[in-house]
Amino acid sequence: MPHNDWTADVRRAAGQIRRRVLEHTLQHDGGYMSQACSSAEILATLYLKSMNLAAVGSPLMPRPFPGTPKAGNNGYFTGAEFNGRAEAHHDRFILSPAHYALVVYTALIEAGRMDPCGLDLFNQDGSSVEMIGAEHSPGCEVTCGSLGQALSQAAGIALARRLRGDTGRVWVFMSDGEFQIGQTWEALQAAAHHRLNNLVVVVDVNRQQCDGTVESVMTIEPLEKRIMAFGWDAARIDGHNPQALQSVTKALGRPIDARPLVVLCDTDPCRGLELLRRNAPRLHYLRFSSGADRQAYVQALEAL
Amino acid sequence: MEILSKIHAGNLVRWARDRPEVVVLSADLTSSCEADQFRDAYPDRFFSMGVAEQNMLSFAAGLAREGKMPLIHTFAVFIYRRAYDQLAMSVAYANANVKMFGFLPGILTPGGATHQAIDDIALLRTLPNMTVLEVGDATEVESVLDVMAAVDGPVYVRMLRGQLPRLFAAEEPMRLDTPRVLSRGGDLTLVTSGVCTEEALRATTVLRSRGLGVEHLHVSTLKPCNSPIILEALAQPKYGVVSLENHLASGGLGSILAEKIADAGLGVRQIRLGLQDTFAHGASKPYLMREYGLDALALTRAVERLVGQPLHIREEELAAVRLEAVHSEHKVEAL
Repeated sequence: MPHNDWTADVRRAAGQIRRRVLEHTLQHDGGYMSQACSSAEILATLYLKSMNLAAVGSPLMPRPFPGTPKAGNNGYFTGAEFNGRAEAHHDRFILSPAHYALVVYTALIEAGRMDPCGLDLFNQDGSSVEMIGAEHSPGCEVTCGSLGQALSQAAGIALARRLRGDTGRVWVFMSDGEFQIGQTWEALQAAAHHRLNNLVVVVDVNRQQCDGTVESVMTIEPLEKRIMAFGWDAARIDGHNPQALQSVTKALGRPIDARPLVVLCDTDPCRGLELLRRNAPRLHYLRFSSGADRQAYVQALEAL
Repeated sequence: MEILSKIHAGNLVRWARDRPEVVVLSADLTSSCEADQFRDAYPDRFFSMGVAEQNMLSFAAGLAREGKMPLIHTFAVFIYRRAYDQLAMSVAYANANVKMFGFLPGILTPGGATHQAIDDIALLRTLPNMTVLEVGDATEVESVLDVMAAVDGPVYVRMLRGQLPRLFAAEEPMRLDTPRVLSRGGDLTLVTSGVCTEEALRATTVLRSRGLGVEHLHVSTLKPCNSPIILEALAQPKYGVVSLENHLASGGLGSILAEKIADAGLGVRQIRLGLQDTFAHGASKPYLMREYGLDALALTRAVERLVGQPLHIREEELAAVRLEAVHSEHKVEAL
């Protein structure tokens, strides 16, 4: 069955994403581990299959921090160069929860877009491979460490692209906690009002946030119904099933009057790393409680 | 003095005609911000964003990233107070080419504290990449579009609407970081901005009649503010400097001048007129300018304190001053 070939590649890539993120979490004595466990298949599917991005040639090596954007900073670049040239028929990728940066960096490696050695620069002073990604970081195009601002920016990009006649889509990767933010709902209503059906939002619904489970911090459900009530189409799938994500987004190429689409990906924040489950419900940032705890993760890494 | 009405509305339509990259975003205050004629003339370039300013600011940044020049039209408070994080992170950080027209600067509205932008200069001039402009009359409302468009990056304009005087000759447009020198004199230096300049012109006419030499500068670029004209004016007065602005006395024009005086080690005495660490409330413009000490009378009282003697200036004397459009004493180029 040839269509299974790509899903096998995605699953292999997802495994590599978890492995590399755990490696760096151990190296830095902490990190955003559960986000890798929940979103590995989503980002691997997007980068390996769903998104129509321009090729980059050979894998790129991240460049040093170029300074902030400002008049006269002619050497400035954004991390969008890892997503290929922004051409009319190609898609664009916008990362919203910037603390997922390491998951994106590792997905870029799996997609052959970033040199694996680039990860050695992660969280190193003077590097663009920052812990919380900004627009100079590999794979990033906007600065969205202040959560909830990327969807609005992506909607502006989508409108400008429609006005220009571009055929490529704008993909936005979001976390479920961002649906507690007022601006997210402002952006949803604006994108629906202006019929921005070249916009696709893919959400990692891992039900985890900094203080604990999403339902304990602030209820966002029923998310699907709420999003549809705001004028969007919504699909709910198993976020660890690459085939499911691909088939729901493949149906795009949609009529001009179609609604924009949100894909809610239900995920398990401990998928592929059972050891993590004992930290529940505090999964947002993994810290090792003791030497023995750390050692258990070293063993888990060897098993991956 | 010539009084004109709804200048921006028609001017924007003319100005944008051959600039296809210009789009207008509005948050349910389209007529109130004189963007209605643009909406009707170019419906394909007008985007209603609803009462949702946080989204509007970030959305505009997205448009700017793709080569559009979004002009945001709403009341100033809803730009910098309601959506400050979006303004700072989506717009200013990215040096996005978003131009913002903030209407109702200072106490120019009976709408009260919720509608009065009294701290916008303080917040926005400290924001990296941001350019801050303020118009003071009809000529500047007309010419601010060219000044703003020539800047590579975000620009915030303290904008005026409705009936406006033409204080400055129509053939002398506003220029970036170039103050207008409205009178020359060595006794005191007076620096004003926005609608306060009209008040100051009433006061300077009377002050001159008392034998005082007044160096009067009108400032319409609050950031960047590096003109040597300002530094020279601050260095020379016999008695000192008075600033008058439609903003808190802290953080705006007065503070900019104080920083310059300190940085250059000028050691000049300064009186900063403006709202003195207070919110205001809803009332008419003349009432509020009197109440909060932003008018010609407040200015003459400050000058009395500075020179240390009574000048015996009566309110009726100030009100009787007849203003004519003035030519700047300082010609940056032959016009």
